[in-house]
Amino acid sequence: MWQGIEMLFQHPSVNVKYILDGLFFGSIFALAAYGLALVWGVMNLKNLAQGDLVILGGYFTWYFQSALGWNPILTLPIVMFIMFFFGWAMYALVVKWVIDKDLFTSLLATFGLALVIQQFINLVFGPETQTAVSELGKIKFYLFGGRIVVPEIRVVGVLLCAAVAVALIVFMKRSRTGQAIRATAQDARAAKVMGINTDRVYALTFSINSAICGAAGALVAMMFLVQPFYGITYSIRSFVIVTAAGLGNLPGVITAAFGLGVLEGYANNILGASYQQFIVVFALVVVLVWRMIRLRKARMVLE
Amino acid sequence: MKLTTKALSFTVGAAALAFAGIASAQETLTLGSAISLTGKYATNGVHAQNGYEIAKDLINKGGGVDIGGTKYMLEIKYYDDESTPARGAQLAERLINQDGVEFMLGPYSSGLTKAIAPVTEKYGVPMIEAEGASRSLFTQGYKYLFAVLSTSEQYLASAIALAAEKAESEGKDPSTLKVALAFENDPFSLDVRAGVIDDAAKYGMQIIIDDKLPRDLSDMSATLTKVEALQPDMLIISGHSKGAATAARQIAELELEIPMVAMTHCEAAKIIGKFGASTNNYFCPTQWAETLTYSDSLFGTAAEFDALFKATFDGYKNVPYQSAQAAAAVMVWADALSRAGSLDQDVVRDAIAATEMETFYGNIKFSEAGNNIAKPMVLRQIQNGEYAVVAPSKWASAEPNLTFK
Repeated sequence: MWQGIEMLFQHPSVNVKYILDGLFFGSIFALAAYGLALVWGVMNLKNLAQGDLVILGGYFTWYFQSALGWNPILTLPIVMFIMFFFGWAMYALVVKWVIDKDLFTSLLATFGLALVIQQFINLVFGPETQTAVSELGKIKFYLFGGRIVVPEIRVVGVLLCAAVAVALIVFMKRSRTGQAIRATAQDARAAKVMGINTDRVYALTFSINSAICGAAGALVAMMFLVQPFYGITYSIRSFVIVTAAGLGNLPGVITAAFGLGVLEGYANNILGASYQQFIVVFALVVVLVWRMIRLRKARMVLE
Repeated sequence: MKLTTKALSFTVGAAALAFAGIASAQETLTLGSAISLTGKYATNGVHAQNGYEIAKDLINKGGGVDIGGTKYMLEIKYYDDESTPARGAQLAERLINQDGVEFMLGPYSSGLTKAIAPVTEKYGVPMIEAEGASRSLFTQGYKYLFAVLSTSEQYLASAIALAAEKAESEGKDPSTLKVALAFENDPFSLDVRAGVIDDAAKYGMQIIIDDKLPRDLSDMSATLTKVEALQPDMLIISGHSKGAATAARQIAELELEIPMVAMTHCEAAKIIGKFGASTNNYFCPTQWAETLTYSDSLFGTAAEFDALFKATFDGYKNVPYQSAQAAAAVMVWADALSRAGSLDQDVVRDAIAATEMETFYGNIKFSEAGNNIAKPMVLRQIQNGEYAVVAPSKWASAEPNLTFK
């Protein structure tokens, strides 16, 4: 442990790397978490298949490159497009029927969906781990006496994350459909009375989520790797981020995602790689306890 | 005999047996095996089955096995264990109790072998397995379990030995070498790690990074950041194909320059095809390679086995070592049965225990515990996009490309 802390001071450039990697990896988590915040906020759906949608997007990207030779960066919109309709089908077949049921039913249904997607990938693409190669270059610079090498694909991830965030905000605030989505999120029954087709709004929300997950998956395939059963990692992280950030709080989601990415790097360095995942969940517990204490204070003032 | 499909091979095999039955009063001896023909191990399960088949057919073509003056034709009864341990154990019971099989060949993977070994042990049925490498299989005191392959803790031992050898030849003390370890937190990889740590301690090497990566690992950049800062002489990685793929990708992305990188599962992760020239000079261990100079009287050299295998089964560009070791297991059966001269299970068991033979797959001699101690793991290095055997030096076909700073 002390060795790890010592290293942070002896090799200051290591800090730069952890912070940069935190931003890069955080942006992928942020993408998956946006989607979750969206379906959670609008439809009150806790989607346990979130990570599996990410992995599915990754497999499409890998398949288009390995079987058809398409450039994975350029196929990204195609993957998003396919995943949009995949999401629509998922909504029409399953989600639609459980959306107004209790929490337990929708959790079970989305968990079932997660299993079905995993096995679908396993049967169609096989159980082996796969990667897509972005064929992008690297950015190199020197800082604090150390060489920093940043693969460009990671920068693409951050840019995409920013673009999706801006697009979402503009769409929600400016467009008619965005307005309808926000209205439905506030009060579905009232929105219905006002003539909003809430069923369509839900379908659209879920499909948008699916498309965003697809984009995250494409980046995962290009930066890390995909395997049919790896969805759970991304599900857990998006749940942690959204829970910590709170619903309907896009800047919060981004901050939480970046913070989580940086935290993981430092946890690995100081506590060891085996604690990297422990620290993610531990951070959530700390946030929740802290929030509870703060709320209690507020409550006491009201008394 | 050129067999193109499995179905054909069964037909031909059956026909050969029928003819043999008419021609003379030859007996048939049935070996049993539960093997993964479907499920997650299906690919390797079929490789193993093909290995069993090619050795069996060749032995039968040569007149079968002479046991106490009677010629026996070998036959193998397979059941598909669907890659699930519970099913494997059930099928072993079925082979022994219902089908009356008295001698067994192993399944695919350590997990399945772990499930089946207690069953064969209970009934005193000798089993020669070729696909379960976990060290834990040989610490249970099993009497009837024998394995022709090297166990997992030996996987990277030759890499450490090579590094020490190289350091000495450069006039350096091996104990000055700094080692970084990145291993997945699962039974197989931890077995490999235990072997590496033992060997590194033997030479007094310093382990400066020892990361246990999570099971769903897909990112090693935090570990590699440490590697870049601390500059070890060797980086050793084991984490199945995902570990190899992640490491190969991220070492190249970060442009790390480490004198020696050794990792398991290079081939399964297809790192040469995916990451190209950046993987040059990586060291990858394997159980067997077709360029080795081992040979025997049945198949000839390793290269001849390779050629025969490719001619017999369609669709193989490279012969997987899984097939080679499966074939070796059948050869051990034939050898032990003929030496035993009897079909009594305990006599045969003792004959297997006394095995000392040379095969195209390597030498075979079992320890008390039943694992093969005569065959070292082979270490290859990726040179110009090809795997070249570099250690042990006795069987090497190329010089290792390795200099410590």
